[in-house]
Amino acid sequence: MSLIDVAPLRIVPPQIRHARRPQRMLERQWMVNRAGGWIIFVTGFFEPLFYLLSIRVGFGALVGDVDDGGTLIPYAEFVAPALMAASAMNGAVYESTMNIFFKMKHEKLYDAVLATPMTSGDVALGEILNATLRGAVYSAAFLVTMGALDMTGSWWSILMLPVAVLIAFSFSAIGMAATTFMRSWADFEYVPAVMLPMFLFSATFYPLSSYGDWAWIVQLSPLYHGVATMRGLNTGDLSWAMLAHVGVLAALAVGGLTFTARRIERLLLP
Amino acid sequence: MSTPAAIRSWEAHFTQYRSVWKTNVMGSFVQPLLYLLGMGLGVGALVDDSGRSDALLDGLTYFQFLAPGLLATTAMMIAANEAMWPVLGGFKWWKKFHSEAATPLTPNEIAGGVALWQITKSCIAVVGVATVLALFPDTRSWGLLLAIVFGTLTGAAFAAPISAWSATRDGDYSFPTINRFVITPLFLFGGAFYPISQLPDWMEPIAIATPLWHGVELCRNAVYDRLEFWPTVGHLAYLVTLAVVGWVMAARSFNRRLTL
Amino acid sequence: MNPPASTPLIEARQLVKRFGDFTAVGGINIEVRPGESFGFLGPNGAGKSSTMRMIGCVSPPTSGDLNIFGLDATRHGKQIRGRMGVVPQLDQLDEQLTVQDNLIVYGRYFDIPRAECKRRAQELLEFVQLTDRADSKIEPLSGGMKRRVSIARSLINEPDLLLLDEPTTGLDPQARHVLWDRLYRLKQQGVTLVLTTHYMDEAEQLCDRLVVMDGGRIVAEGSPNELIREHSPREVLELRYPAGTNEEHAFEVEGIGHRQEALPDRILIYADDGEVALKEVHARGSIPESVLVRRSSLEDVFLKLTGRSLVD
Repeated sequence: MSLIDVAPLRIVPPQIRHARRPQRMLERQWMVNRAGGWIIFVTGFFEPLFYLLSIRVGFGALVGDVDDGGTLIPYAEFVAPALMAASAMNGAVYESTMNIFFKMKHEKLYDAVLATPMTSGDVALGEILNATLRGAVYSAAFLVTMGALDMTGSWWSILMLPVAVLIAFSFSAIGMAATTFMRSWADFEYVPAVMLPMFLFSATFYPLSSYGDWAWIVQLSPLYHGVATMRGLNTGDLSWAMLAHVGVLAALAVGGLTFTARRIERLLLP
Repeated sequence: MSTPAAIRSWEAHFTQYRSVWKTNVMGSFVQPLLYLLGMGLGVGALVDDSGRSDALLDGLTYFQFLAPGLLATTAMMIAANEAMWPVLGGFKWWKKFHSEAATPLTPNEIAGGVALWQITKSCIAVVGVATVLALFPDTRSWGLLLAIVFGTLTGAAFAAPISAWSATRDGDYSFPTINRFVITPLFLFGGAFYPISQLPDWMEPIAIATPLWHGVELCRNAVYDRLEFWPTVGHLAYLVTLAVVGWVMAARSFNRRLTL
Repeated sequence: MNPPASTPLIEARQLVKRFGDFTAVGGINIEVRPGESFGFLGPNGAGKSSTMRMIGCVSPPTSGDLNIFGLDATRHGKQIRGRMGVVPQLDQLDEQLTVQDNLIVYGRYFDIPRAECKRRAQELLEFVQLTDRADSKIEPLSGGMKRRVSIARSLINEPDLLLLDEPTTGLDPQARHVLWDRLYRLKQQGVTLVLTTHYMDEAEQLCDRLVVMDGGRIVAEGSPNELIREHSPREVLELRYPAGTNEEHAFEVEGIGHRQEALPDRILIYADDGEVALKEVHARGSIPESVLVRRSSLEDVFLKLTGRSLVD
């Protein structure tokens, strides 16, 4: 019938495939931001600046160069792409867990939206895109800051942006799926309990080889695949393995989306 | 003798807290442990391999350098957040302070209860981090006991002025900005992760002016038994002054808001 | 375009809603005709809101048939919702947006062009007398104003059918009258209203026809007047005695009027003529603390049908 019904996309359930107006949720967010939320948005640009500066002036001097698969690169150049990946993840997860839960339980936003021709698929996809967009904006800020601080290693680094968007999308989908299981605010303690170890142990701050025999655990972390891809693009040291990493992220995106779509109807339309 | 009023107010906080202690285990035990393992051991290996650490870190390994700093940063983050939403919410959302003011408690005593509670919470957090440090031979020392006091004081030096601010607010718009422009930069540039001597010349005095750096210095020197008399007095005086001035201002805000 | 007048706008047959073991709605039949104002009357937990959610196509029926605008509610929810306006029990306004933006964003959910949304928003704010609050945030508004914003928002798609779940619960008397006036105007414009309430006066004011629900079932149906005529004599005599002595006094006045009801705070005597009944009470030497003769209302109908007071 249309592009959306192409065979490979059939694994995505019909609620999502037949979503026709997810962009309305983005429109709403735009109206909200226009009315004042933009301040928080804009100040979000300072976060990458602070992190990147501290990496450069602090850790950079302590560590010097680091061995990235055989070549020595400055530590700041090594860590920056990983932080960018983490920032895409954080922005997306925050938006797709806490914010979604707030809108669902306290503002009853979706109850009002679903009383219109909007469907649960529209809401799910729309809010995932919304979280992705937030992650993407943070990532863009990150990339610009990296460029300004001369932490990019090659022109390939521009491609880090689409990869960051993919990371944001995957984590939004997973985050939203997780949110459908949350019963109260107390359950949100588990979010940092998962995010922080992932942030620290995804080969973010030191090479995979540092983990020795434990490296396989690191490879289970979804963020690691983002970090590995981004790092390769930043140094311009491309390899086929990066395609596999992107594949993992894409699989997570589809998995999260599928799962969310199945759960969301039960959650929003009892 | 009857229980002092501020303690009765504090009891209310503690009763609420017992139901959410799990959050604190995450914030003050698991989180520092993860940072210590993730940054201390991992980045530590890179730093120590580079051969520069001796000169820059004053003879400490990176792990040793980082660990005590986490006492101060954890206290800062726990105390700062305790001084934002809970204080504003006590006035605005749950009207907790207003209902307390309807009892014989005076605004000063209510503010005192809040302050005591913030100190308690900082202390619980710092004890959690100290427990983590005691797990590792490199950072295990009797000085940790003193560092618990210093860490708690650091928490108080943040909680007090921020409470004074929160008690005058009508919305929580400024809180993310405080986190973003005060707490996060201090976490990154306050001397916990690397010596502030590495900062650009113009940033170093700013770092010295912040309470976090004084807290980090106190904790680190306490753990490795390197406290010197006059610098220690200076750090302590600075933190105590901030806490006291902050609380005087907070109490005034409480008075103004509860006696309309 | 409205369907021919003979076709019902809403038609439910043996409609059931269960949540696990709990039956919220236990097989009800209803028919609402175009242009009609139809009410669900009942206490909390009677199944009114569950029924409204099924009609609003946001809660699939467990069993039974439900057709709205001649379309099956389970399969055509999206089309049906497109022609319907909903005012929920608790205002679900978007607190992050201004009053006017609430209306515009909501209109966009119906795919109404942005410019048109803006035009309608201005018109509707005028209709609910909130033009001067167009740029206000939601939070500072009073309960009555918020409810009026909700009504304005529900009209943004120019609906043929408006669902109102307890439209005036929690509002002060003045705000209720403003709201009733606006709803009455909508009815005059030909909008079909379906509302739930547990206020008798509201049902009498607004509804052409209503059903009384209790425990998930319909226990009576008709126009307010029909129901009163059918289930209650014309007048009611209310007698108040000193606290705690109702039982002995109930014995004193036994047999007067058609029927009696001893409530915790008063005794009700249903009679064709209240004054005549009162004379009889006095004749028996019973001396109440206070006396009131009034016309019987839906409250009395409900009391008779369910044995319980409506507002508890």
